[in-house]
Amino acid sequence: MRGTGTSTRLLRAGIAGNPNSGKTSLFNKLTGSNHCVGNYPGVTVERNEGLLHADGQTLVMVDLPGTYSLTAYSAEEVVARNFIIDEHPDVVVDVVDASNLERNLYLAVQLMEMEVPLVIALNMMDVAQRHQLSIDSGRMAELLGVPVVETVGRDGRGKAKLAAACMSVAAGEGVGRVCKVTYGHPLDEHVDALAARIAQDDGVCRMYRPPWVAIKLIEKDPQVGAAVARVADDTDGIRQAAEEAIHQIETHSGDDVESLVAEGRYGFAAGILRQCVRTPPTERRRMTDRVDAVVCNRLLGPAILMGVVYGLFFAVFKVADEWAWLFGKSPTAWMEWLFAGLASAIGGLEATSPMLHSLLADGVIGGVGGVMSFVPLIFVMFAFVAVLEDTGYIARVAFVLDRALRIFGLQGRSMLAMIVSGGLGGGGCAVPGVLATRTMRDPRDRLITMMVAPMMNCGAKIPVYLMLVAAFFAGAQAKMMFLLWALSWTIALMCAWLLRRFVIRGEQTPFVMELPSYHVPTLRGVVRHAWGRTWMYIRKAGTVILAVSLVMWALMFFPRTDASAFDAGVAALDASTATYQRDKAAIRSEQGRARLRQSAAGRMGASLVPISQWAGFDWRDNVALIGGFAAKEVVIGTLGVAYSMGDVHPENSGSLSAQLADDEHWSRLQAVAMLIFVMIYAPCMSTLAVIRREAGSWKWALFSTTYTTILAFVLAVGVFQVGRLLGLEG
Amino acid sequence: MTEPSPETPLCLADLAVGQRARIRRVEANGAIRQRLLDMGVTRGVTVLVKRAAPLGDPIEVSVKGYDLAIRKCEARAILVEPEGS
Repeated sequence: MRGTGTSTRLLRAGIAGNPNSGKTSLFNKLTGSNHCVGNYPGVTVERNEGLLHADGQTLVMVDLPGTYSLTAYSAEEVVARNFIIDEHPDVVVDVVDASNLERNLYLAVQLMEMEVPLVIALNMMDVAQRHQLSIDSGRMAELLGVPVVETVGRDGRGKAKLAAACMSVAAGEGVGRVCKVTYGHPLDEHVDALAARIAQDDGVCRMYRPPWVAIKLIEKDPQVGAAVARVADDTDGIRQAAEEAIHQIETHSGDDVESLVAEGRYGFAAGILRQCVRTPPTERRRMTDRVDAVVCNRLLGPAILMGVVYGLFFAVFKVADEWAWLFGKSPTAWMEWLFAGLASAIGGLEATSPMLHSLLADGVIGGVGGVMSFVPLIFVMFAFVAVLEDTGYIARVAFVLDRALRIFGLQGRSMLAMIVSGGLGGGGCAVPGVLATRTMRDPRDRLITMMVAPMMNCGAKIPVYLMLVAAFFAGAQAKMMFLLWALSWTIALMCAWLLRRFVIRGEQTPFVMELPSYHVPTLRGVVRHAWGRTWMYIRKAGTVILAVSLVMWALMFFPRTDASAFDAGVAALDASTATYQRDKAAIRSEQGRARLRQSAAGRMGASLVPISQWAGFDWRDNVALIGGFAAKEVVIGTLGVAYSMGDVHPENSGSLSAQLADDEHWSRLQAVAMLIFVMIYAPCMSTLAVIRREAGSWKWALFSTTYTTILAFVLAVGVFQVGRLLGLEG
Repeated sequence: MTEPSPETPLCLADLAVGQRARIRRVEANGAIRQRLLDMGVTRGVTVLVKRAAPLGDPIEVSVKGYDLAIRKCEARAILVEPEGS
């Protein structure tokens, strides 16, 4: 059944393994920088592919999602299993955490059941040695009939050996007989008998291995049951035989088959381990235990969590934005300098072709440049989050907060989605955040998390916050950002509670999660992780945001107004010289505003003023906020375009912050209303597309846009009106 | 339906922090049951309750040499026999 034409096609490998087994870092070590990221067809589980070169051969490596089992419990498990069944990899590498062998071998046992060409990577050998585990990998290989290679993903030890083992197994060389998995009496007899029965069915045999189908049917795996019904010649006969076997096993043992099969697999793994591993009599994981005693402590735990969140802000704003440590400027200042330089380089165009100049300066540089200047900041933020993820602290966050989140109808795992969406203070995006809800089984918990996760302060909202905070709350930036973080959580939790109570009602779902051992993250791993996400941000700036900025620019540029009235004003003034400069500037500035107001976007914005004035938003703010429906970064880009187009001297105006701080329409109160509105209103278009796909209908995507926009407006109006009554407008 | 045993069966959620026990039965149903079995919570396995979260729930148990966080309501479906009693 497996391809005979291996000479013409590339050899393929799948890398399987438990979460936290160091699978991805080993994958990165094996494939170097030859990467390609995509999605598995039909689902949104990320698929990483890379190339491994060794012995003059090339192997396509596919990083499968991390799973504990292949019983189709989650989308990840289904993806991993279907890859192995449908794509017939030439070799499967099972990355096993050597310091946590028993549970990790459970997956290996299931891969052996599938009779795939297997190589076991005994990873994290350094940790196992620190725990004084002595593992005889040669003996293990002998017992399992599978090559076993000792590796350390952190520094790449064992990489060459693993590559060689993959190559030879993929080429079909040097493979011993994979040991048959045994489950003990009475399962073995029934599995064998059922396998023999299935072996007579040509339909099933064409697609699957009979012993695997037998154990899966006895385990009552619904997916395999359905697959057999599709392909079998004698579906009823097989089903009856399976039911009979299950009945006999259960009456004989007085226990249910699912437990028996799981116990059988663990028993097989334990039997292997007894023969090749010696554990020290002392207690293991002392370092992790000592850290957890503090980090998960009743009083210290929540305090540390708050400290970590504040530390994130500090690192991001001091290191990336304020400290002028990089040749006398902060990294952000360097990016701004770069784009300001670009803008002045094309300044000569203004006289010859004003439209092209406006397109480049206002549309492209104004829109994309504003977004790009936050790249250093976002990189630092992603790096900080990557450290939290790679150390294992994120799982403790879920552990510490689960009970509190449950009050609001969420669960500890919602926390992961919220953090990925920006819940730690900005290093996130709601698109992967909504995707992270896939680890949640209960559709209601998932839906609620999806509805509130976009309220977190994602990486796209941060530039808007920073610009407004810099303009109106200079000197209290870290404090303001901390307040905005707290506010986003408060509102999101209130909404979750209301949704759970009135819209998406029902029982809550179970929470079973591994608390992995702590690891010291590697610089390379953190940089790689952070850069990957930053690159996605840059790509978004280059594509979606560029396109939206150009559309917004066009909406603001066209249609043009008649310039003759303004020219006449300038001509009339040409004679007198005393007030010449000031008045000319005033008239030209008025021309700019008039031009923008006449444009399609200006008319749209102006038509909303009767409503938006309650929150203090004028037509230019409305234009920017309309753009923000597409992507939140667009708000800042569009404000930039709106204010620079309305200015007669764009080249000598300060940054957008300075412009807003000088504008009489803007005040601190106005800034707060704007901040709150931007925080809450409408998920961006990319997030909406993902919500639609994940929730299965446009209904929920539309619902999330509508309720958040109404809520955002109500809150902004409330803040603005109350503030005005209190006389805070100045 | 399980027959009520003479003494009330003890569950994982009843154990105090620091207590060890042997798993007698996993009573949960459906996906959660499969998940617990996959994570190594099977009959005869020894577990140790290591700590509780700040609000008393979930709890952290050591099983098969690694740590598992589990809510009390799921822990109630895992019947145990305290060790050393």
